[in-house]
Amino acid sequence: MLKLENVSTHYGKIQALHDISLEVKQGEIVTLIGANGAGKSTLMMTICGDPRASSGTITYKGRDISKEPTDQIMRTGLAVVPEGRRIFAGMTVEENLSMGGFFTPSKRYKDNMELVYELFPRLKERENQRAGTMSGGEQQMLAIGRALMSNPEMLFLDEPSLGLAPIIIQQIFEIIAKLRDEGVTIFLVEQNANQALRIADRGYVIENGHIVLQDSGANLLVNDEVRNAYLGG
Amino acid sequence: MLEQLLYFVQQLLNGLTIGSTYALIAIGYTMVYGIIGMINFAHGEIYMIGTYVTFIVIAGLAYMGLESLPLVFTAALLVSMAVAASYGFAIERVAYRPLRGQTRLLALISAIGMSIFLQNFVRLSQGSRDIAMPSLITGGWTFGDPSSFEASLSYMQVIIWVVTLVTMAALTLFITRSKWGRACRACSQDLGMTNLLGINANNVIALTFVVGAALAAVAGLLLGLYYGVVNPYVGFIAGLKAFTAAVLGGIGSIPGAMLGGLLLGVTEAMTSAYFSSEYKDVVAFSLLVLVLLFRPWGLLGKPEVEKI
Ligand SMILES: Nc1ncnc2c1ncn2[C@@H]1O[C@H](COP(=O)(O)OP(=O)(O)O)[C@@H](O)[C@H]1O
Ligand SMILES: [Mg+2]
Repeated sequence: MLKLENVSTHYGKIQALHDISLEVKQGEIVTLIGANGAGKSTLMMTICGDPRASSGTITYKGRDISKEPTDQIMRTGLAVVPEGRRIFAGMTVEENLSMGGFFTPSKRYKDNMELVYELFPRLKERENQRAGTMSGGEQQMLAIGRALMSNPEMLFLDEPSLGLAPIIIQQIFEIIAKLRDEGVTIFLVEQNANQALRIADRGYVIENGHIVLQDSGANLLVNDEVRNAYLGG
Repeated sequence: MLEQLLYFVQQLLNGLTIGSTYALIAIGYTMVYGIIGMINFAHGEIYMIGTYVTFIVIAGLAYMGLESLPLVFTAALLVSMAVAASYGFAIERVAYRPLRGQTRLLALISAIGMSIFLQNFVRLSQGSRDIAMPSLITGGWTFGDPSSFEASLSYMQVIIWVVTLVTMAALTLFITRSKWGRACRACSQDLGMTNLLGINANNVIALTFVVGAALAAVAGLLLGLYYGVVNPYVGFIAGLKAFTAAVLGGIGSIPGAMLGGLLLGVTEAMTSAYFSSEYKDVVAFSLLVLVLLFRPWGLLGKPEVEKI
């Protein structure tokens, strides 16, 4: 469904990604793990066209999207829950969701809103509250809900568990698994390697902008290098 | 005693009248700043063009023998809003979009260039002298004792308030209820994220210029009819005042622009009345300096959080 071939990305003169090749198939959960600063967010955002890949090809549903503008890419069934959530803090919960559903046909829109509120009853309670005044966990739910408003076929999540209480993290991973069961393809970036590998079908390990390992989630969980570097031995 | 009170009320009414038009212009500055972090120095010229178009439409309709006041007023309003909106759209395309992502200074120079260009374009096509327009709407109410001080409230003043209020209410509905209006707010909070939701931020920016320009044209019509005179240079000082109002209220904040405009109008009227009209600009700009010194984010703005 999504395929990267020899993708490199630069920030000015600094090269952040080196010849990345990676694939996500329909219906999978694929996770990308790596230390802070390894290039995980850069990789996810490069697929979205922001920053743009300096070389290589990115194919999504058979089309090369590596030269397309970000907004156009994001209208083809992709949705992203970016690092730091990036909710619109000055807008209400309902307004944030409506931005996620900007291009959703109006007869679908109401149903989607209800589905999101069903998934996150907390958001329904805070419908008219300014998003910036909510807790971190609620904001993360909002960021996921906003992404779901567009009926994505494929969902990108960048460290959705960062800074959240264990019980909330548990909830979020449950929802990710549930979305996959409903047919959404998932590309999950995590530092929380343990939990990410548990639910992932396959995983990639990134170090200093290079993919150094790839295998099934189960195999990576018991891989010695991965255990030492990311799972605390 | 009553006399003094009436005198004060009179100044308040005058101040609110001018202030509400400042507020209309200030919204354009504040919306554009909120979304691209740049002062659109050609915005005052849009206001001036709004007045010219109003005068041309009124003169044209009179020539054709149309004199129904509501019809003339509505036609002038719609045409000047439409013309100003197309100018706003064109300015963004020509002067700002090509420079997006470059240093701020370039866009600033381009903005000033655009302002000079528009001023001279109007000067060449319409002449540089004052053009006067006979009052369309005359009469009003008076209060008080004719032998001492009589306060007056003209119909035109009331029309200015009503039109301003309706326009502001429409704008508020637009930015809180419609999806494109909400997108304007979303863009001003996180333009990149708006793109990541599939919304073309360039279109939202263009829309912001168009809306701001249309509001400036409303002010152009109202003040044009109020003063009954226009020349190619009125945009400069009105723009400066409205910019002051926007900063006073907190640049980027729409309620701030509304409040800043009213406050500035009232301050000017009071200064003219109790000191001297020659000091009104001095006091207005001193107010700006004071706000910048002690509350640089303005009355309703939020302190800038340093982004790292
Ligand atoms: N906007 C940017 N400008 C310059 N360098 C950046 C930028 N964003 C990230 N980098 C650099 O690119 C590298 C990868 O960063 P990032 O993708 O954020 O890593 P991760 O998400 O794995 O923590 C780091 O060295 C980081 O300093
Ligand atoms: Mg990251």
